[in-house]
Amino acid sequence: MEIVVCVKQVVDTEAEKKLVPPDWHLDRESVENVLNPYDEYAVEEAVRLKEAHGGDVTILCAGPEAAQDAVRKALAMGADKALLVTDAALAGSDTQGIAHALAAALSSLNFDLVLLGSMSTDAQTGQVPSALGDALDLPVLTALNKIDVEGSTLKVHRQTDQGYVAYEAPLPAVCSVMKGINEPRYPSLKGIMGAKKKPMEVKDAAALGIDPARVGGAAAGTRVVSISSPPPRKAGQKIEDDGTGAQRIVEFLVGEKII
Amino acid sequence: MSDTRSGLLVVAEHRDGKLANVSLESLSAARGLVEALGGPLSVAVAAGSSADALVAEAARYGAERAYVAVSPELETFRSGPHTDAALAAITAAQPRAVLFANTASGRDVASRCAHRLGVGLLGDVTRIYWEDGSLRVSHPCFGGTVLAEKEATTEPALMTVRTNVFDRVESPATIETQALSLDFTPSGLLARVIEVVVEDAGMASLEEAQIIVSGGRGLGGPENFAMIHELADALGAAVGASRAAVDAGWKPHQYQVGQTGKTVSPKLYVACGISGAIQHKAGMQSSDYIVAINKDPDAPIFGFADLGVVGDVFTVVPALTEAIKKRTAAA
Repeated sequence: MEIVVCVKQVVDTEAEKKLVPPDWHLDRESVENVLNPYDEYAVEEAVRLKEAHGGDVTILCAGPEAAQDAVRKALAMGADKALLVTDAALAGSDTQGIAHALAAALSSLNFDLVLLGSMSTDAQTGQVPSALGDALDLPVLTALNKIDVEGSTLKVHRQTDQGYVAYEAPLPAVCSVMKGINEPRYPSLKGIMGAKKKPMEVKDAAALGIDPARVGGAAAGTRVVSISSPPPRKAGQKIEDDGTGAQRIVEFLVGEKII
Repeated sequence: MSDTRSGLLVVAEHRDGKLANVSLESLSAARGLVEALGGPLSVAVAAGSSADALVAEAARYGAERAYVAVSPELETFRSGPHTDAALAAITAAQPRAVLFANTASGRDVASRCAHRLGVGLLGDVTRIYWEDGSLRVSHPCFGGTVLAEKEATTEPALMTVRTNVFDRVESPATIETQALSLDFTPSGLLARVIEVVVEDAGMASLEEAQIIVSGGRGLGGPENFAMIHELADALGAAVGASRAAVDAGWKPHQYQVGQTGKTVSPKLYVACGISGAIQHKAGMQSSDYIVAINKDPDAPIFGFADLGVVGDVFTVVPALTEAIKKRTAAA
């Protein structure tokens, strides 16, 4: 089966972020960038499905040239090839713009299944998989913690607070996966070296028929008016437990009218 | 600015015959806004069978119009059919803005509606206000370290609302219901519900909880979550877990609080044996009060807890449970 995994390069959580006026976009040059942790689960799931059913895994990424690092990590995990869509016109795209760009790129690829991580750790919108599925007019199944394929039927579990819902859908489909669906493998040295030789195509917006009016900052349906840094939480009291710790907590809770 | 759009629409979520807290909170917030904005407050309900009780509940929180889609196809959540229902309500109501829940299903439907309408989507809002002639929202970014004020560039403005941020305020209204007839998009009907499985019936929604007791690596093993559950029961709280505890397999992912888990805003968060690393802080830093118990005096959590107790969780937690139970019995 042909699987495409859409990935994103994100700013490392621990890194200090710089937001640049006037539109307050994230300055991605100044920080450590990594493959979106949620995407590692999607890549791992794709590689497992390939190992079970045969076929190919393609990594698709819409991002700056530097996103190649994230794509190579995915290739090192066992994906076969990659397509990086990079174009100045994409800068400042909102999730709808990214979904349009990915959908345009996908129309140049054969696929049975599109997998994504359920959200990115930087923007945390979780909006792209659904918008992408809508753009492709395919069944959309998000928040999955189990995926099986039998023939051309997808069998999945969608995580809920109290358990899960089991669904079936015919391929092709678009799915997003939760953390914990699998344990992403650490790329072996062989995998890392091999990744450098795997084919990575780099294409721009025009080559993929991406409509410039649908992407970029000007096309975004929302804008940042201003930003502020809320005052950081300060520590209150800190005490050593000398046997009265529990009682001190109760007094605190009563004092603040929590109990 | 459109002359024909007016009022606000809340696309409601519900479970077991009751509207979700976040939908009641959204109605309450929207009620306040329509007083200034003008126009009706409407609610969209999609259900498998009767929606009467849900509509009545929405009316108690100020909704004046209900756009209702009832069909067996809507009995259990599916992305496509629930999107079709929400879109039909938006088309019928012609609101200036639409409030969805910031839940997995809410985000799914909101994003697809944004795509079909060719508009943007303001995610995870914690404040909604009217300023300079437009509807604006606040949205915490980067684990709450940056607060962005945003607006939509077109109408309707679609947004997802964070749970447990707005107050629930009853303001009973008389409600008019319009039944929607739906043409389901074929691709959405291709996904079939096979089974709804409840594994943990007692699992409370962390996003809705007023008090959360969370356990981390300091507990040492899964069996030690028992004392966390006992403290939670004594406090009427939900139980959460840190990433370390989940990664170690001590609790399933649904319990995880943090950047790759849930974002919570309880009145009280009690962190037991949790170091308080940045990715955990990102998920719970908007709690009203944080109490931390950890034997490491240098644990980062002591840098932002309102009350930090440097001590052994195995001593302090059971003692705290006892003390709470004594208080409750005496009351």
